[in-house]
Amino acid sequence: MISIEGLTKIFSTTTKNRITAVDDLTLDIKEGEIFGVIGYSGAGKSTFVRLVNRLEEPSAGKVVIDNQDITTLNSNQLRLTRQEIGMIFQHFNLLWSRTVKDNIAFPLEISGVPKREREERVGELIKLVGLAGRENAYPSQLSGGQKQRVGIARALANRPKVLLCDEATSALDPETTNAILDLLVDINEKLGLTIILITHEMHVIRKICNQVAVMEEGRIVEQGDVLDVFLHPKQRVTKKFVEQVMGTEGEHNGVEELVNMYESGKIVRLHFVGESANQALISHVARSFNIDINILQGKITQMQQGAYGTLFVQIDGHTDEIERAITYITDETSVEVEVVRNVE
Amino acid sequence: MWNNLFPNIEMQDLWVATYETFYMTIFALIGTFIFGILLGLLLYLTMKGGIWQNKILNIMVASIVNIFRAIPFIILILLLFPFTDFLIGTIRGPNAALPALIIGSAPFYGRLVEIALKEVDKGVIEAAKAMGAKTRTIIFRVLLPESMPALVSGITVTAINLIGYTAMAGVIGAGGLGNYAYFFGFQRREFDVVFVCTVLIVLIVFLFQFIGDYISNKIDKR
Repeated sequence: MISIEGLTKIFSTTTKNRITAVDDLTLDIKEGEIFGVIGYSGAGKSTFVRLVNRLEEPSAGKVVIDNQDITTLNSNQLRLTRQEIGMIFQHFNLLWSRTVKDNIAFPLEISGVPKREREERVGELIKLVGLAGRENAYPSQLSGGQKQRVGIARALANRPKVLLCDEATSALDPETTNAILDLLVDINEKLGLTIILITHEMHVIRKICNQVAVMEEGRIVEQGDVLDVFLHPKQRVTKKFVEQVMGTEGEHNGVEELVNMYESGKIVRLHFVGESANQALISHVARSFNIDINILQGKITQMQQGAYGTLFVQIDGHTDEIERAITYITDETSVEVEVVRNVE
Repeated sequence: MWNNLFPNIEMQDLWVATYETFYMTIFALIGTFIFGILLGLLLYLTMKGGIWQNKILNIMVASIVNIFRAIPFIILILLLFPFTDFLIGTIRGPNAALPALIIGSAPFYGRLVEIALKEVDKGVIEAAKAMGAKTRTIIFRVLLPESMPALVSGITVTAINLIGYTAMAGVIGAGGLGNYAYFFGFQRREFDVVFVCTVLIVLIVFLFQFIGDYISNKIDKR
């Protein structure tokens, strides 16, 4: 759906001082995907998303959306293509001089939709984003979350194929962030829209993205399935982002203490990687085998594709029975087992 | 009572003078508004990072604006006599004052327009670009509406300057309250006329300020 090849942006502040904001980026984004790009400020992620609709002109490289090369369009073609690419912003960027419904109608005015159709479409959008009853309010009378809903409705007005989200939730409180993210997932499912989402918050990625790319100094340093990246972060920066959500790796430090504290049985680390079917794993294993399971420590978090996290458990019982239980977990479920201490 | 206090006031003359002051102010204001917005837009659009970034044009417009703002108004009127004569066919009366009034105040208002436009949120302009808006749409649907309260308070300030200018123009024969105060009051040593004209001009200034503030507040939904 979107393929990006060797995309580069160099800002030259003076003739000598050149900053490479985006450095030879290559990416493929499938249709209907929610693709997250995460990075600290200055990593070039905002520049990247603005290169996609050419709010910034690329210095080199290609952006192809739906078989159309964006980078070679002339300004008039670009204008028309932009009408098919929605964009939402960190600071919403609504026109304060227009009411909610007139803000949403603005892109329709730009694309030349007749007044009656415009009103109809605005009505649909207001319902879709949950703003019924606020049509005639001005942006200054809305909360941050409501403003972003207007932003989303406005971005969707011309039925775009792609939605670009530039730090869309960064100015919102956690609760509102979740509501907006739910709305984005809802839209993604209902309309089959491809979403590119820029953020510096890992929980945003965790909550709604299928694919994630981690950016640092203008490059993508790590990319893949969100679960994979969470489970096996390779780069230091990725590990730091994962820690944002999962807490620091304090568990590792505590392992020795655990081992000392609980003297009997086997201590095992269970890695949960998606599949909600495994959520009753502990009780299921305890019922099926003649063992006791004692949860020692851990954290499980829910992601777009299921549960993710680790649990440290102490398994007590007959050695054979413990082995059978572990074999069962390893073979029959997607939970990974790592034995921290064997039975002595 | 009135006749005792203001023995030299001719109500008919005073009425005509007030009418001429309003006439000059309002028509000059309309011209100033149009040309000032044009100048302000040109300055804003051609500046560094603007939509029509153009250094040479920007410097040219800025120079014209600065030169006309630097010339004292009373001298500007004299300089423009040939132009006025060519355009209006006379150099006397309220109509003859209009070119000088507009040329004198449009550059000033142009600068105020430029400042007002610079205050428009860059993000909103960017959002409009991301929606695929034409430059014309950005100007008329984003820049001007979003800066309207500042444009209105700017034109209010300019209007008050203009009232002062009409009085000055009056002294060299343009009519209006300035004309009346100077020729019928000052030169004949009939200071009650000067006094009444002053009071009227102050009232007109208050009136414009009040209307301007009211509109500016009314349209400001921020």
